[in-house]
Amino acid sequence: VEQASGIRVSACYQCKKCSNGCPVTFAMDIYPDQVIRLVQMGQKQAVLNCSTVWVCSACETCTTRCPNEIDIAGVMDYLKEEALKSGVALPQPRTYAFHRVFLDDIRRRGRVFEGGLLPRYMLKSGEMWRKLRTMEFTDDLGLAYGMVRRGRMPFRPRGISLSGQAEIKRLVKKSTKPERP
Amino acid sequence: MKVTYYPGCSLEGTARDYAASLEAVCQALGVELVELEDWNCCGATAAHAIDHQAAIALAGRNLALAEKQARDLVAPCPLCFNRLKTAEKALLKDRGTSFAISYGGGVRIFDLADFLAQEPLLQRLADKVKHPLKGLQAVCYYGCMASRPPEITDAANHENPQSLDRILKPLGVEVKPWSYKTDCCGASHLIARRDIVFRLVGRLYEKAVEAGANCIVVSCQMCQANLDLYQDKILQELGRSYRLPIFYFTELMGLALGLAEARQWGDTHFVPPNELLAEVGLGS
Repeated sequence: VEQASGIRVSACYQCKKCSNGCPVTFAMDIYPDQVIRLVQMGQKQAVLNCSTVWVCSACETCTTRCPNEIDIAGVMDYLKEEALKSGVALPQPRTYAFHRVFLDDIRRRGRVFEGGLLPRYMLKSGEMWRKLRTMEFTDDLGLAYGMVRRGRMPFRPRGISLSGQAEIKRLVKKSTKPERP
Repeated sequence: MKVTYYPGCSLEGTARDYAASLEAVCQALGVELVELEDWNCCGATAAHAIDHQAAIALAGRNLALAEKQARDLVAPCPLCFNRLKTAEKALLKDRGTSFAISYGGGVRIFDLADFLAQEPLLQRLADKVKHPLKGLQAVCYYGCMASRPPEITDAANHENPQSLDRILKPLGVEVKPWSYKTDCCGASHLIARRDIVFRLVGRLYEKAVEAGANCIVVSCQMCQANLDLYQDKILQELGRSYRLPIFYFTELMGLALGLAEARQWGDTHFVPPNELLAEVGLGS
């Protein structure tokens, strides 16, 4: 991990300052300090399967406060990429689906088109069907209507120049993962 | 004064209101925004979460474009700002070996609020205020990305940032102290895990009211969306009857400067600010 990410995980002495300051521990299965400890112990499967790395909101509080200057949020990102490479069943598939749809949108046009992003996410994540079964779908429709009425929903995607788009396609690798994890 | 302007994707879409207000305010203050030609998405959370190479390259491409203009670069979106700064540090350290982009440096990258809080502009702002916003009691909510981590953002005071506080004072807004300036709103979890956002944002409302605020002022369109879009639902679930309008700081600047169009900016919000404005005697 240290070699690939350049982050010195071994410097952790388990003060747990990261977990104390973390705003989203309530939604995590293990705490950030435990993720770091598991990495130190080489428990690869445990860290690649935990939901913590996907629940992390990248607010960077842990990285900022770590007394040993460990980029903990950076470790979370590194582990997300490793989890994708290793092909484990992702514990937070919807979160991944949103990242994927977002990055694909950038790859397509160079900029993100919010008006198309959400419908595509709904289809790709399988959310459409879950939400249709529950009341959440009417919520979403109400919100979408409210956004449109207030002029906050874009209808027309904006892209960048063709040469720029070609450059973006070189910079962002095509997804090699199955679209629906 | 001319600066290169990097709007970012949201400001072409769900945060058009932020774009409209900041463009009008900059014009009123004599700051000419020259949009970076052919800019692309900074990569946002998605890129750094699942493709770190793309994260640096996407943001870096914009820096390489900006380098051709010998001007400061201003980003109104704190996440864009953060990603541009991250790319700056990575590319300058790396010197063109492991990323597909090379950037030589030389562009100063500013968060919009930090840029407008510089002394000469603050003075200009104070001179131009026509309608002091007496009666507005605000907490300033900065969110994460303009501040953290300070090694990336070069923030002067990452635990207690001051730019919004300094801008609001000459506007006549009473700024209330609180401890949640840089707490997280949950950001893009709004889409896949909105339960997380609801919990974080619910606490922010409660703490803002506890601090004596009647509105929250933000500089980030993700924070604005998270605090505004579902406020009715979140506060209903908490059993609260109050509502807190969520202003962009540039909207309040526009109101205080007496810009005619500033009255309409609030129409895009889900929690309409007109009621509060009328209540404190600032109605049109």
